[in-house]
Amino acid sequence: MQDDRQPILSVRNLKTSFFTDEGIVRAVDGASFDVHLGQTLGIVGESGCGKSVTALSILGIVPRPGRIVEGEILLRREPEDGQAHEIALTSLGDSSREMRSIRGAEIALVFQEPMTSLSPVHTIGNQIIGAARLHRNLTRREAGELAVELLSLVGIPRAEAAIDAYPFQLSGGLRQRALIALALSCEPRILIADEPTTALDVTTQAQILDLLRSLQEQNGMAIMLITHDMGVIAEMADQVVVMYLGRVVEEGPVETVFGESKHPYTQSLLRSIPSIHSTPKVQLPTITGTIPHPYNRPAGCPFHPRCPDVIPGVCDKHEPELHSVGDEHLVSCFLYHPVPETIS
Amino acid sequence: MENEQVLLEVKGLRKFFPIRKGFWQRAVGHVRAVDGIDFHVYKGETFGIVGESGCGKTTASRCIVRALQPTAGEIHFRVNDGEMTDVANLSRDELQPLRRHMQMIFQDPFSSLNPRMTLFDIIGEPLLVNGVADRRQRIERVEELLALVGLRPEFLQRFPHAFSGGQRQRIGIARALALNPSLIVADEPVSALDVSVQAQILNLLLELQERLGLTYLFVAHDLSVVKHICDRVAVMYVGRVVETAQTQQLFESPKHPYTEALLSAVPQPDPTLRSQRIILEGEVADPANPPSGCYFHPRCRYAVDLCREQTPELEEVEPGHAVSCHRALELDLAGTLDAPIPQTAHS
Ligand SMILES: Nc1ncnc2c1ncn2[C@@H]1O[C@H](COP(=O)(O)OP(=O)(O)OP(=O)(O)O)[C@@H](O)[C@H]1O
Ligand SMILES: Nc1ncnc2c1ncn2[C@@H]1O[C@H](COP(=O)(O)OP(=O)(O)O)[C@@H](O)[C@H]1O
Ligand code: SF4
Ligand code: SF4
Ligand SMILES: [Mg+2]
Ligand SMILES: [Mg+2]
Repeated sequence: MQDDRQPILSVRNLKTSFFTDEGIVRAVDGASFDVHLGQTLGIVGESGCGKSVTALSILGIVPRPGRIVEGEILLRREPEDGQAHEIALTSLGDSSREMRSIRGAEIALVFQEPMTSLSPVHTIGNQIIGAARLHRNLTRREAGELAVELLSLVGIPRAEAAIDAYPFQLSGGLRQRALIALALSCEPRILIADEPTTALDVTTQAQILDLLRSLQEQNGMAIMLITHDMGVIAEMADQVVVMYLGRVVEEGPVETVFGESKHPYTQSLLRSIPSIHSTPKVQLPTITGTIPHPYNRPAGCPFHPRCPDVIPGVCDKHEPELHSVGDEHLVSCFLYHPVPETIS
Repeated sequence: MENEQVLLEVKGLRKFFPIRKGFWQRAVGHVRAVDGIDFHVYKGETFGIVGESGCGKTTASRCIVRALQPTAGEIHFRVNDGEMTDVANLSRDELQPLRRHMQMIFQDPFSSLNPRMTLFDIIGEPLLVNGVADRRQRIERVEELLALVGLRPEFLQRFPHAFSGGQRQRIGIARALALNPSLIVADEPVSALDVSVQAQILNLLLELQERLGLTYLFVAHDLSVVKHICDRVAVMYVGRVVETAQTQQLFESPKHPYTEALLSAVPQPDPTLRSQRIILEGEVADPANPPSGCYFHPRCRYAVDLCREQTPELEEVEPGHAVSCHRALELDLAGTLDAPIPQTAHS
């Protein structure tokens, strides 16, 4: 199962914008990263930084007035003849037959709020049966057996009875499990989980994260885990992408990003989190200011108005790009790469 | 906290909500949202109530500020360093002069502010209600409050929609402080905020406490936040307090199996601490239909027969550390110190 070092999904310089009456919101503004089978890629950042829009872009379901304006999303396939090839999802129409068959079947999505992604008027069982039969050649009976199997796999007690339950009859934790079962019904190779545990309590969160980990061990799927919680990332991810205002500011193996973070934003963010190991009642180091409004993006480095290390005349004029600063470790900051030689 | 004055003492507090069914809306049972809790809060400290959703934190805090009428129990509150008064059964009129001494801050800065009122109206309203009729005087006080919470006085005539989540939380805090309360009941005040904004608000709360000598009753589900801001903590499970202790003590040597599991479930922002988590089986019990004996027994890995039959009482196991577990004295539970020492933060 474990693939070679070839990524199953590559996102290259993705830019997705919303063209609203008030102006253009550059929700994702040049994001690049790779997703590998058997691994978990964590995407982390504060609210509004573009995590969810990145997920929607990959699935080709960006709502109007938004659209992908630049970049490539490549899905790698290995057909029977062993000859791997890449297909550019960005060149398929969002509602094309091929894109529809990829969505759900090869790439599945689990959302933060399972209540809105599960249909309230169908039983859990029927939703799984419907999804499984849409993408796989199964009889109703086989799909029914699969539904029971999946529901018990995700740890729903008395699965035979649970297939007849409606979503509102389940607790938040069980609904999230049901949604994961639904996502797994087509055996996706990539599971995108957008804040899958944010609405849950810590002990339930621990159950769901444990579930995702063991499912990945069993079926070797790639997980793209989106969260604002640095703790969840540290717990789950192999590779980490840190986003700020639509851009990737730092990227690398989880130990590197947490242990030797280089970008001033990552560093400040990590310092500002209270920990159960921290000393009580001392002032936390904070990041000055607030995240700018998306219509008023700062010029140059998007973090420069809040950056403690800002280089005046440079950071407010030029846009830094991702550069390698070590083994698989990328940072987008002028402290680590030369300033473009342009006369302004 | 030796020799300190108790500001608030809660004894046997209960709040049951009727479950109504059918055309006649007859009560067919009760949700035991708060099921007999005891604790006290010293003047000038931060007392935390922590627990998972539905355990009764909000209900308890709303009873204390008397936004809800408790079903039973006593709520003793000390006004102006005087005698303690039981506010649990006071009438509306009797409560009126006391209300200004206890104020509440809410989780959701977005829905807790009236969008049609300016900051002056929002923050100045409690002043007006409490008889500060002179507009000039109110403007002065509101400007002072804005400065106190780190907002610019020019914001006076603006509406709340123009502000970010963190700024709105500051507005809520300014409003709560308008009448110089001694007790602030804060229900999840930072849960809806981003990490960087959360740190700013936590710092503001610490700073205000120091400057104004405030006492906080701080309700939260995030244990890291509780560890950071509280002097003492009560852990709730299905309407009851299962453990209460000094913060450091509770985190380092928990004595209740639920506290142990809760601490172990918190994801740490440090990948070197990825360790064996205690994964609790099943779900939080239903407060309308709680299990027999110890409410935690269906999920407790240390449960014995006695736990199914008999409800443990909250008892002191060492000074200032009370636990409600039959096996509190014999169990050796893991706290946060048992994890590997975290790496020191980067330069
Ligand atoms: N339908 C839309 N119309 C206009 N702007 C949008 C739309 N959806 C998202 N945006 C904007 O795109 C940016 C990124 O949004 P996104 O939802 O991806 O953030 P996020 O990181 O997922 O945040 P959160 O943690 O709050 O969900 C934000 O500025 C947001 O306001
Ligand atoms: N008005 C109400 N009617 C019926 N049940 C309620 C009401 N308010 C709260 N409850 C129930 O009481 C319990 C405790 O609720 P709450 O105090 O809001 O929990 P928390 O704040 O800890 O999330 C829950 O089971 C909840 O469903
Ligand atoms: S590029 Fe400049 S402003 Fe941006 S993070 Fe680096 S030092 Fe700070
Ligand atoms: S009383 Fe028994 S079931 Fe309850 S916490 Fe203690 S050991 Fe566990
Ligand atoms: Mg999102
Ligand atoms: Mg609550």
